Amino acid sequence: MTVIQKKPVNPIAHLSAEDIEALGAELDAIRDRVIASRGERDARYIRKVISTQRKLEAGSRVVLLFSLFPPAWIVGTAGLAVAKILDNMEIGHNVLHGQWDWMRDPKIHSTSWEWDHVSPADQWKHSHNELHHRYTNVIGKDNDLGYGIMRVDEDQPWHPVHLGQPLWNLLNACFFEYGIAAYDLELGRNLRKGRHKAPEFRARARAVGRKIRRQVLKDYVLHPLLSGPSFLHTLAATFTANLIRNVWSHSVIMCGHFPEGVETFAKTSIEGETRGEWYLRQMLGSANISGSRLLHLMTGNLSFQIEHHLFPDLPSNRYQEIAPEVRALFDRYGLSYTTGSLPRQVFSAWRKVVRLSLPNREKTRPAGDRPAPALASAGA
Amino acid sequence: MTTTAPRPPAPASLRRRILRLAAAVTTPLLPGDYLDLVAPLRSGADLRGRILAVRPETPDAATVVIQPGRDWRGHRPGQYVRLGVDVDGVRQWRAYSVTSAPGRRGDPISITVKAIPDGVVSNHLVRRVRPGAIVQLDQAQGDFVLPGDPPARVLFVTAGSGITPVMGMLRAGALAGADVVLAHSAPTPTDVIFGAELRDLAARGAIRLVERHTDTDGLLGVRQLAELVPDHLDRQTWACGPVGLLDALVEHWATGGQADRLHTERFRPTIITPGEGGTVTFGRSAVTVQADGATPLLDAGEAAGVLMPSGCRMGICFGCVLPLRQGAVRDLRNGALTTAVPGDGVLIQTCVSAPAGACDIDH
Repeated sequence: MTVIQKKPVNPIAHLSAEDIEALGAELDAIRDRVIASRGERDARYIRKVISTQRKLEAGSRVVLLFSLFPPAWIVGTAGLAVAKILDNMEIGHNVLHGQWDWMRDPKIHSTSWEWDHVSPADQWKHSHNELHHRYTNVIGKDNDLGYGIMRVDEDQPWHPVHLGQPLWNLLNACFFEYGIAAYDLELGRNLRKGRHKAPEFRARARAVGRKIRRQVLKDYVLHPLLSGPSFLHTLAATFTANLIRNVWSHSVIMCGHFPEGVETFAKTSIEGETRGEWYLRQMLGSANISGSRLLHLMTGNLSFQIEHHLFPDLPSNRYQEIAPEVRALFDRYGLSYTTGSLPRQVFSAWRKVVRLSLPNREKTRPAGDRPAPALASAGA
Repeated sequence: MTTTAPRPPAPASLRRRILRLAAAVTTPLLPGDYLDLVAPLRSGADLRGRILAVRPETPDAATVVIQPGRDWRGHRPGQYVRLGVDVDGVRQWRAYSVTSAPGRRGDPISITVKAIPDGVVSNHLVRRVRPGAIVQLDQAQGDFVLPGDPPARVLFVTAGSGITPVMGMLRAGALAGADVVLAHSAPTPTDVIFGAELRDLAARGAIRLVERHTDTDGLLGVRQLAELVPDHLDRQTWACGPVGLLDALVEHWATGGQADRLHTERFRPTIITPGEGGTVTFGRSAVTVQADGATPLLDAGEAAGVLMPSGCRMGICFGCVLPLRQGAVRDLRNGALTTAVPGDGVLIQTCVSAPAGACDIDH
């Protein structure tokens, strides 16, 4: 992919400014309809997921107290991995988006929630909700494009360090929660710019340190100690569960914005962006994963990344309900709805990571190629 | 038979250490988050209650029997309890008088609710809620109570659901032997909440009951009261009912020079009438500004120099959320109204909410 404004064929050239605003109005109507119908069914859903997650986590940890016995190790580790995935994806990510704030339950609220993750909720909310969701796929603004360590778009400049990015990506997958914590801290940039002594940065780094300490103490010290003779087995089990959770969430999240078919945008294109144009950027900058209900649950409904990016604060259980309508809008407005199975999208994203570890091959741009107009003035 | 000596209670620091260890094992949750799954009413939990039964009292009123959590500290007759009920998935808080007599620790309590037209919570409690449902509770509060040494001559003036705190007092039995008059208004005899019980009390001579059916007899005013209970100003009086009635009583007792003998309980003291724009108060910052109905609270606060939390400024990141203590706001995206009365602390997104009337923001 390359920023949409430089493509030889601009995928939105056929849309007039009025079309884009009409599209925005149709999406607003979908949003309003869901909000008007939010109610007891949704509340029951999230409470059920939360109580299932807690029972699964508690049960798995109890089973792991006897992890010396191989069946207990396998059952406990699998259960704990699933519990951690549910905690991060369907519960944590979505509660922290404010998807359930409307229930006015102080225990299930974006301002009070904390998750099983080394990045403290408030720091994650800033980098994710405020930066990534606002500047989705804008080169130079949305750090999620390669997390600041990788090149995932032709328009990001190549540097020899990118030769190693398949390896960085693999390591990032294995220790994803630490990668996210460093990312939320903007660790690289702050160190480079010598801001690591600034009191604000130090306070945030201390908060991350405290969170890491608590998570490590629980998973790698207390739980193994409580397991007595099963100490080492439980240690291996919690490490494995964290590894599975990390690789899983990394894979799901890579599928959201990296696969082929997803568009990126130039920094200048979002100046004076209207609501319709913002919606359009979310539509073109995200990709879905097709699959079963279980897959959707385990991805935290990020398998409906397009719907999620259009309406980040709607309850996650509603994304699959509105997906057919959203897809129909894509068809009507002649836009391509990027989706595919999990293996296909993961493969597509990985292939890009590998391909872009090398410099761009010679472009075969048509003579006299000029950048397409900025999104903000598309079709005008 | 052997007896074991009771073990000395664990020192507080040991208990604290155990709790800290338990919290380290359950982080980022608290041990209580897991215990809530199995024992939501246990000691140490947020105060909650389980609805045991809903008994109809009149066509539009019902008594809700609630098993309060272990930390319930009991109530004095006449006090009310704030109840947090999830209606259509949204938690709503309302205050209701406790109508049961104070019992022993662990006894259920009851409240009696009259469904008011368009009342979100009252209709839910009277018509839809089922036994087994969990509600949130606050400890009982309110000073509409009898003194420790009950007076010898008492008058109660009540209307509609205003009978509820008085029923709590009558059932408590503290007025046994006293000269008690109850002047109660309701539209018709069948609308009298606790009608049978009150008439029974009157038949047994425990109270003198003056029942007024306003559909046929007209409203009970001060003049009628003076005719029905000539010595009313000599009695310690507790009154609960519509604002108009209470205002008239307050004026009458003041004119009669007996203001200190009248005790009133006003439900729904705050009526929020949404409008366009309004006065915004940032309580903890001690800043008050005027803002029109198109200005987000975030902008209004910042323009007045309040250090406001903020984020995307377009309603997606929830970085600007603050509690609305009281007032009404309108969502600028879809015009939806959110109102709050004291105690609600509804969290709102300040970047997409404009004042719809006076607002008190807890910041």
